[in-house]
Amino acid sequence: MQTTSEVNARKPAPISSNAWVPSRFFIALAGLLVTIGVLWLGFIFLRQNDWPQIITTIIAIIWGVGGVAALFTTANMLVESLSLTWQQRIQPYVFVGPAIGFLAWFLFVPTLRTLYQSFFDSDSVKFVGLDNYGATFTDPEMQQSFVNNVLWLVVGTGGCVVLGLLIAVLADRSKFEAIAKALIFLPMAISFVGAGVIWKFIYAYEPKDQPQIGLLNSIIVSFGGEPQSWATQKPLNNLFLIIVLIWMQTGFAMVLLSAALKGVPADLLEAARIDGASEFQAFFRIIIPFIQGTIVAVTTTIAIFTLKIFDIVFVMTGGQYGTEVVATQFYRQFFANRNFGYGSAIAIVLFIAVLPVMWYNLRQLRKQEEL
Amino acid sequence: MAVQQQTLATASPATPRVAKARGRKLTGTILVNGLLAIICILWTIPTIGLLISSFRTREDISTSGWWTVFPHQAYANVSTVQLTPGTPLDQPLVVNGTTLSDDQLVAGFVLPNGQQVKWANRRARLINVQEQRWEMNNNFYLTNYANVLNGQKYTYTAQDGTSKTEQGDNLSEAFLNTITVAVPATVIPILFAAFAAYAFAWMRFPGRKTMFALVVALLVVPLQLAIIPILRDFTALNINGTFLAMWLAHTGFGLPLATYLLFNYISQLPKDIMESAYIDGATQFTIFTKLILPLSVPALASFAIFQFLWVWNDYLISLIFLGGTPKAQVLTMRLANIVGSRGQDWHLLTAGAFISMLLPLVVFFSLQRFFVRGLLAGSVKG
Repeated sequence: MQTTSEVNARKPAPISSNAWVPSRFFIALAGLLVTIGVLWLGFIFLRQNDWPQIITTIIAIIWGVGGVAALFTTANMLVESLSLTWQQRIQPYVFVGPAIGFLAWFLFVPTLRTLYQSFFDSDSVKFVGLDNYGATFTDPEMQQSFVNNVLWLVVGTGGCVVLGLLIAVLADRSKFEAIAKALIFLPMAISFVGAGVIWKFIYAYEPKDQPQIGLLNSIIVSFGGEPQSWATQKPLNNLFLIIVLIWMQTGFAMVLLSAALKGVPADLLEAARIDGASEFQAFFRIIIPFIQGTIVAVTTTIAIFTLKIFDIVFVMTGGQYGTEVVATQFYRQFFANRNFGYGSAIAIVLFIAVLPVMWYNLRQLRKQEEL
Repeated sequence: MAVQQQTLATASPATPRVAKARGRKLTGTILVNGLLAIICILWTIPTIGLLISSFRTREDISTSGWWTVFPHQAYANVSTVQLTPGTPLDQPLVVNGTTLSDDQLVAGFVLPNGQQVKWANRRARLINVQEQRWEMNNNFYLTNYANVLNGQKYTYTAQDGTSKTEQGDNLSEAFLNTITVAVPATVIPILFAAFAAYAFAWMRFPGRKTMFALVVALLVVPLQLAIIPILRDFTALNINGTFLAMWLAHTGFGLPLATYLLFNYISQLPKDIMESAYIDGATQFTIFTKLILPLSVPALASFAIFQFLWVWNDYLISLIFLGGTPKAQVLTMRLANIVGSRGQDWHLLTAGAFISMLLPLVVFFSLQRFFVRGLLAGSVKG
């Protein structure tokens, strides 16, 4: 009863009149134009200035961040000066417009453009049909890249998920859960280039009679073995690169799987144990099916990530010694060989590989909307 | 009393079983913690090795492993034995009363008293007599950091005593460049995505479903697809090699995830607050800036950390759009350049790598909670 009276007591909202106010409109328009003008001047200034770097940095940050905020504000002022009908009609597009525009410019349209390019020769002049795709699948180097990429997908993704699950289960039963998880998770914060340096150092190789400064060779020598140049030995070197990925991404799998494990109902496990199920049975028959969804999601995410792997290979071996993968081939075709058609075809192959995931995501979305 | 006796009576036959179960539990705990500890150590050693190495001297790092900074037993010279110059090496040699071959002296031979004899200078027939001692190789200094951060030339004394000049790697400039790239490249996509997420969640307009489907579809598109066309656009706009190009690219590539994550959060906010604000006469813009943004801080922070780390650690995008402008290079590029040109200069590489990791690690340790939350929000659903 009281709530109703409160609502009734509220003053009627000062809804703006359903007519546009020319003065406000022009002020807002002027504001928008001034903002654009100032941003343009800032751009000219930033493109050619020789001020101390720290000052340029600060100006650049203010210009970039403040500029976007100012654009949104003035664009909204402009819309809100319109009549209510038009305001309601246009405002959603002012809100989603920039994001959709960026998505279109940076991802959607380029996908189509790359697809188009892939049917043309290296200078994007002559139509060559499917020749680039033919080359993609017959070129021995590309074939090697595909084999390597599959190795990355299987061993890398599998390693991350299995180890992540193992650590999640162990951490779940340990008192040191928080610190253990933080340590495993830490490499996720590091760049692939940084990780490349870290592991190059582990794999460092010195000739036999010299002291080994790489940890791996030092261990091997101390057990009486011969030092090896790990990065150059085909095809094992691929595995040594994949270890870097596993080191970096296991934390990601662990965090997600650990959260899923916490969602397994305790009484379900308790009941299974009372019924005489061993720990292993409980794990494979109850826990695994229960967190299946998360396992699939984690595997897909890491697989997509692994598909595009570039930095580790590029920094650690430069794609030499048979370690080339699809993304490094793309870079090489595009930048070293300036073969735009071939490069585009390789990118499209990557795209085709993620299409099933995209299709699945869209189907899930439609299901959600039907609810 | 009787009750107590009864409980005792019923309990006593069970005791061995309980004890057995407890014992099994204890071994289980030890096993779990032991295994976990081993994995954690394995996971941490690479980073520790890097960190320790970055403080070691140029000579130390190239002649001994970083683990020698910990106390370890090593042979140290105690005296030398000078054989007659020109002693033939193919015949047995007598050192301190022991007969040895040349090969044994090359490898180092341990005498019965624990001392080791080894050639100091084979040509001069000089032999080192060494004793095992506890040693720590801990000459630490900060010069590596000074040298990689510095952009000027610097001189150092090489192992053979000559003085050499080298160009500093100017990582301090790269550090500032990376900040210039990363801060707007984090904030701008968040602004765009937050506006869009709000509209997708709480406004009804034609094309809403199609546009949102586009966002979801683009979540998994490899950015390799976009590189060639975008590079052409940037060349046409003449912004290649500028920070603006980097901001635009990172905004474009980060937007699908940003919009999706923020949509998930903003669409869960209670409907009533927005409705009552609207009835009170607030415009959509006011509701968004005064209500939605403050309420969404946890989600915004999660994504901000995500995007910041992603941009900070990115190599491919900077390589493509900043590659031609040495002055604008970011940390990952500089570091990769050192790997390429001076891959054996571990004193520089380790220090440089640690500089590039410094800020991400600080962000990670101080904001880990948000980071994890962002991961959970983003991927379990996707």
